[in-house]
Order: sequence, then structure tokens, then C-alpha cells
Amino acid sequence: MTHFRYEVLRVLRNRVFYGVTLALPLVLFLGVATGQRHAAFNGTSFPLYFMTAMAVYGSMFAVVGPGARIARDIACGWTRQLRITPLRERTDLIAKVASAYLLAVPTLVLLYLAGAWLGVRLAASQWLELTGLILVGLIPFVVIGFVLGYLMPVDALTPALGGTVVLFSLFGGVYGFELAKSGPLFDVMQALPSYWLVQAGKSVVAGAGGWPAEAWIVIAAWTVVLVPVAGLAYRRNAARA
Amino acid sequence: MVNETGPEGGIVLSKLSKSYGAVRAVRSLDLAISPGETVALLGPNGAGKTTTIDMVLGLTRPDHGSITVFGLPPARAVHAGWVGGMLQTGTPLDHLRVRELIALTASYYPAPLAVDNVLKLTGADAFAGQWTTRLSGGQAQRVRFAAALVGDPDLLVLDEPTTGIDVEGRRDFWQSMRDIATRGKTVVFATHYLEEADAYADRIVLIANGQLVADGAATEIKAQAASRTIRGTLPGADPALLRELPGVVAADRHGDAVILSCSDADIALPALLAAFPGIRDIEVRGGSLEEAFMELTAALGDHTADMMEAAR
Repeated sequence: MTHFRYEVLRVLRNRVFYGVTLALPLVLFLGVATGQRHAAFNGTSFPLYFMTAMAVYGSMFAVVGPGARIARDIACGWTRQLRITPLRERTDLIAKVASAYLLAVPTLVLLYLAGAWLGVRLAASQWLELTGLILVGLIPFVVIGFVLGYLMPVDALTPALGGTVVLFSLFGGVYGFELAKSGPLFDVMQALPSYWLVQAGKSVVAGAGGWPAEAWIVIAAWTVVLVPVAGLAYRRNAARA
Repeated sequence: MVNETGPEGGIVLSKLSKSYGAVRAVRSLDLAISPGETVALLGPNGAGKTTTIDMVLGLTRPDHGSITVFGLPPARAVHAGWVGGMLQTGTPLDHLRVRELIALTASYYPAPLAVDNVLKLTGADAFAGQWTTRLSGGQAQRVRFAAALVGDPDLLVLDEPTTGIDVEGRRDFWQSMRDIATRGKTVVFATHYLEEADAYADRIVLIANGQLVADGAATEIKAQAASRTIRGTLPGADPALLRELPGVVAADRHGDAVILSCSDADIALPALLAAFPGIRDIEVRGGSLEEAFMELTAALGDHTADMMEAAR
């Protein structure tokens, strides 16, 4: 528990964290959505769409955060130091995942408030459902953070994590436009967890019981493929240590 | 469930071997350390000290041989909280203050010491509120020492704890270390400073080229090599004759002065007096550990040089 507390504390003391996960999505949301508060987009209201997109954007940055800490821990020798204490590595991993999710919550709350301010109206159950979908959809990004954290040198990690989030955002329609509406590029977009994360707002309002089956399959597939990769990356690092 | 085992059985390394590619870092090392002993692993850079320590801490798996720490495999002894380590590499974790880092480390152990006491003992209390990333070399070393201590482990393993520290810092460090060793802890430290091994260890294990070269109290190590020198004034002496005296390993003459290196000065001195009654100004001195060290590792001479080359 103390370990978890300090994991969170380390992040909260990092000023860049606030900028990327809170300020950036909030400013983008208010800047873009204020002028389009009555516009419709992608079969729903633009503010709902873009609120979801920006909440996803900020929380993706929050959940890849453990990757950055893993790389720093390795680089500064802390990983080795931990291995000669009674702390189980499993506990360290669980603390990192839990902290990732805890630190994604402020982003969601902030964007929900901003969305409500611009006229997004959802029932309490819908807000909860939206949150649930986003938290599930973020799982592949947590794992991507771990993979990169174990494999990349620390100085290459920040651009690598940032670039990954930006690419997924661009192809997932996070920036308020979709690269394609049909064709092969659209197929690629629909194979990304970020695409379905952004659709979560629309799905909740459609009231069809969350995402279509395709969304669940995409997110499950990414997770199933990435978890063993993370396992390999972890073992590769452990063997080097 | 394993607590009743306690610090019994000490630390036993048996036929321990580890290679990195073509470099045989540790070669069939046998060593038994009793609870409460303070043991120095002494050797030149690349001798295999760090590899040995990493294996004792469970960080590195041996290719052959086995290790038990108080009767358990290293990883299990570590998980039981019996082991505290100070590694050679590493800077403290970022975004934390010194006191927080030590409190965090304490939280991993079942029965840690009070954080404030450990900070005081290691002299880290003077900068307990400082960010861990803004420490001088000496301060960071105290913090790492505090982190190793705070779990109140039975075994303390320190890998070259004073490397890069000024003379005064080194003295302070060993002073605290001595206070702790008197509490019945088993301490194993690696060093290439001969005077540290000589001054602070009950026992010195000399390692070169991944092999154990000598093992014993500092005085025994010195005795094991030709470690006493007899000097005297003996005009016209023939070094060849002096060399043939019992207990003498080497003899040299500088003008009227003669210098005998002895493996056993107790035998050499009476023989010298009997054979050369004219000798004056006799002086018998213990050799430095440094001389013993050079002599013992010289036996492995070329290998050690190769090893150090490979380690670079």
C-alpha cells in the first residue's frame, strides 16, 4: 500500500503529467467545442463526441505513464534495488497498473465537467457506463506502456510513448475528424482500440448496451496479443539486470 | 513460516561458477561465512566480486554450483527480509525526498527499524528533506546505505560501498558500519581498497580472476605471503647465501644494507644470526597487506591481466 501511495506521489510531483493529461485535453476541448456546441458529428452531438475523444486522449497519456516510470526505474537502478527487498515484483506491477487507472480518473472527471458545461447531458447511469467503457478500452494502452517501458532506453521513451498515443489518436478519430469513412483505411481505423474508445460516447447515448461486438473483439484481441509481448519484454529485461 | 530458521547456517557458496560469454567471471568458488562475521571480498577490478555478490543477492543465477543464505536460496532469503544490499550502481528514485525513500524501503520489510534512527545512524538526517536527485556523491551513498539498513536485515551485502567517496566520507561510513556490525549482523563487503579490508573485516577473502586466492584473517593473509622483512647492516654480504637461509624467500643488498623477504621470520632470524654474527642494526617488520596482495595475485599473474583486459 505504501508502495502504491508513493507510485502515485511520484506522478503527482511531475508537472508534465498535469499538462499532458489535464491541461492539454481541456484546452483542446474548450477551444474546439465551444464554437460547435450545437453541431452534430458522427451521428451524435459534437460536444459529446469531442468530450469523449479528449477524455480518451488525456487518459491514454495517463495510462501509458507506468511505462515511463518502468524505464526510469530500470535506468536509475531502482528495479535492481527493489529485487533485493522483500517486495514482490507482482506487487510493483499491480501498484503501477492501479496508479495508472487512478490517475486517469481526474482527466475523465475534468472533461465530463467541461462537457456538461457545454451542454452534454447524460443520465447518471450513462456517465457511469461511459466511464466503464473508457476504462476497459484503455487496457491495451496500459500494456503498450509496459512493453515500451521494458524495451526502450529511458531517453527514447517519452517521444516513443507520446508518438504512440498521437498515432492511435490520429487514426482513432480523437482529434475531431476521421481520416476515412469507408475503404481500407477505415477498416484499419476500426481495428484500433482508440477508435472504439472515441465511439464510447455515441454508443452510450444510442443505448444499445454499450459497444457493438466488434469493439469488444478489437480491444480483447489487442490485449491478448500485447500481454504476452509485455511478458517477453519483462523477461528480456530481467535477464539483462 | 520460515522465520524459525533465523540467521543460522550462515552463507554457503559451493562450487559457484558464472560466465559471461567467453569471460569466466567466477570459477568454482567455495566459501562459507558464519553468522556475525564481517567478511571482505578483496580483489582487483574484474576479479568477480560484483558477480559473486549479485549471485548472493539472487540478482544473477549461477551457471553451476549453489548458494544458501541462512539455509534458503538467495531469492527466498531476500523475500523473507533477511537481506539488505547496497549495490554499486544506481541513483536513488526520482521525485522523492530522502526520508520518503527510506520510509518507502522500510515498508517492504516485515520488521523495519525506525526511519529516523536509521537516518541518524547513517548521517542522512542532515539532508532528510532533500530531493533524492539533488544529492552529492557522499550523500547518495549514505542514502543507499540507509536503504540497505532500514529493513534490519541479518545479512548486509555492500558492493564497493565507498567507491567515489572522499577519505573523510569513507572514514565516517566505516565508523557507522562498525556500530552496526557490533549488533551481530553478518556483513559481506566487496572492496579493492586493501586498507579497508584490513581495517574493517574479521576475515578477508582474496579473489582474483574469479577464483579464491586466499581466505583468512588479515594477519593470516599477510603471513601466507612472504610478508615479513628483515633488514640489517652486513658489509660484503652475498645475497645468494642469504637467500639459502631457511624461511627466506628473497634477499637483496643495497650497499651495506641487506633486505630479506621471509615466509617465516621466526625461523629466518635465528638462522641469520647464527650464519652472520656480524650483522648489525637488525629490524623486523610486517609487510603491508598490499605486498601480500600483490604476491598472492601474482601467482595468477597473466590470467588476471587477461581478465582485467576482458572486463574493460
